[in-house]
Amino acid sequence: MTITDSPPSGEAPPGPRGRVVRRRASGDTERGFSRIFRWIATGAGALILAVLAAVALFLIARGWPAITATPAELADSVPRYPDDTSLVAYVGPLVFGTLLAAVLALLLATPVGMGIALFISHYAPRRLAQGLGYLVDLLAAIPSVIYGLWGFLVLAPVLKPVWFWLGENASWFPLFAGKVSATGKSIATVAVVLAVMVLPIITAVSREVFLQTPKLHEEAALALGATRWEMVRTAVLPFGRSGVISAAMLGLGRALGETMAVLMILSPGFTYSLHLLEAGNHQTIAAYIANDFPEASGLAVNTLIATGLALFVITLAVNMLARWIVARRKEFSGAN
Amino acid sequence: MVGALALTLAACAPANESTGDATGDETTDGGMSLSGELSGGGASTQEVAMEAWRATFQSENPDATVNYDPIGSGGGRENFTSGAFPFAGSDAALDDDEMAAAEAICGEGSVLEYPAYISPIAVAFNLEGVDELNLSPETIAKVFKGDITKWNDKAIAADNEGVDLPDTDITVVHRSDDSGTTENFTSYLNTVVPDVWDFEVEGVWPVEGQESAQGTSGVVNAAEAGDGTITYADASQVAGLGTIAVGVGDDFVPYSAEAAAAVVEQSPRVEGTADTVFVYDLQRDLAGTYPIVLVSYQMACATYEDEATAALVKGFLGHVMSEEGQQEASDQAGSAPISSALIGEIAPEIEAITAG
Repeated sequence: MTITDSPPSGEAPPGPRGRVVRRRASGDTERGFSRIFRWIATGAGALILAVLAAVALFLIARGWPAITATPAELADSVPRYPDDTSLVAYVGPLVFGTLLAAVLALLLATPVGMGIALFISHYAPRRLAQGLGYLVDLLAAIPSVIYGLWGFLVLAPVLKPVWFWLGENASWFPLFAGKVSATGKSIATVAVVLAVMVLPIITAVSREVFLQTPKLHEEAALALGATRWEMVRTAVLPFGRSGVISAAMLGLGRALGETMAVLMILSPGFTYSLHLLEAGNHQTIAAYIANDFPEASGLAVNTLIATGLALFVITLAVNMLARWIVARRKEFSGAN
Repeated sequence: MVGALALTLAACAPANESTGDATGDETTDGGMSLSGELSGGGASTQEVAMEAWRATFQSENPDATVNYDPIGSGGGRENFTSGAFPFAGSDAALDDDEMAAAEAICGEGSVLEYPAYISPIAVAFNLEGVDELNLSPETIAKVFKGDITKWNDKAIAADNEGVDLPDTDITVVHRSDDSGTTENFTSYLNTVVPDVWDFEVEGVWPVEGQESAQGTSGVVNAAEAGDGTITYADASQVAGLGTIAVGVGDDFVPYSAEAAAAVVEQSPRVEGTADTVFVYDLQRDLAGTYPIVLVSYQMACATYEDEATAALVKGFLGHVMSEEGQQEASDQAGSAPISSALIGEIAPEIEAITAG
């Protein structure tokens, strides 16, 4: 996990290379299986890079015909492709829909996830905390197709009155404007389901970070007369900030790539609309690929793979951003 | 490609050298049990029904194997006219060039072509307090296009006197995936009211900004979830919803399997073809028939070079074009069984398939 990557730089032991060189010089630790194991470990490390490279290569190679094709060629062979549109303009709404759904899910899930994590780490009786933590982990184990079924058969009808109420009473707010979906198959419902799906990740990581808050900090805050909330605010939250951010980014990664649940719930459409309650305006890249792949052939497949490349780049960018944020704040937090 | 070559050669080879090395064994009770392998393919529309037909045929003839490759109608016709498939399924009949190519394989005037599978599409809706509605094709097209937006619109009310129509918004739910059902439905609209439904006929729904869901169960569930929804789906899958009686001429015909099969029976046969070619010029305005159907054809040769293939094709297609075969397809795939009268015309031609 991101938060446990490396110890703080100040008291870091010498890097692996330095240690190996030094010990090999003394000639007593690098012998027998130890030598083989070094290669096994190195191979495992290299494998992950090779897989990443292979996926990137596949996406570029198979997406290339679509990237280089003219709009006219694409319009001919891709069923949904409108005339006179560049590939970027075609993929744009999909990227927008993907980011919109994921960011909304994160906005809903992060505060709730932090709340659950704080309850487990600082409020709940020990026995309840253990059970609750276990339950949250269990949520992560539910397959996304189950979330999809649940979202579209159970949650959408339940949320529909809420969305209608918002549409009637809060339509001055741009996000709630427009015609409310009669079936509840809107991106707002998708965001709620995605939020439930990323909740376990955010909760689990945040809980671990909050539990690591030094007891002395907490006791010091309480000794200064802080209430429990003030203690959480002054000692726990600043300590756990970077951990919570990386938890949210991990959650974002899952929300970006989620396919089945979106596919089953959302009424897709290809626009840049901000009307969350309307149907037929948004689509995510992953659900788009899953929806159109079964009947695609030739250049249409290349186009789908090219959109997959866009998703790959976005996910990579999100993860790098998360790393950068965590690294930048590392010295203040001490969470690692 | 290799298979195609082998079978083309087989069609010209003497019977005992064929690839489809079937033999008809006389059993003690006088019936025939077939053996060997028969590989055809074509329209994916017939795929589910084919599963049922193959299963029954193979259980009756344990030594026989029938394969059906759902490569699509175009692929089916292509492989049939090149001789690669001894039989094929296609949603469209052979055109003149294809017929000429097929005759080159089967022999002059000995191409067999007939409707084998009728798939009806129901227009279904969910509107509180209303179970059945009459809609003319023009109104249906306008509703699905988004021109008519309220259930109590004048055009709807005019066709439904005495029905208390609520002031509910109409929510169209269409298939989000690329689907044959969409293609058939839009093809119907495009044929009947081309001036209203002026979109190209495609498997992808042409109107933007409407509700949609993946697959038949997806649209049916979505329609059930909303009030004022309307959708189209395989007629066998819409049990929980109200259905539209479609305007045909001056009448409104609710969906029934018989009314759907009647379209084919009452449509005129295309003239100027061999006796064995049963191709129909589908009429969408015949009184008392349900017009939103897809008719999928099967094609075979009336004579095969090799006896084994002839026996297998005769046996298998004979099962398809029997009352039991059509009932199986109806149970498994929700198709409308071909009428007995039509079976009575076509079955003897299949029975007459010979070798030599």
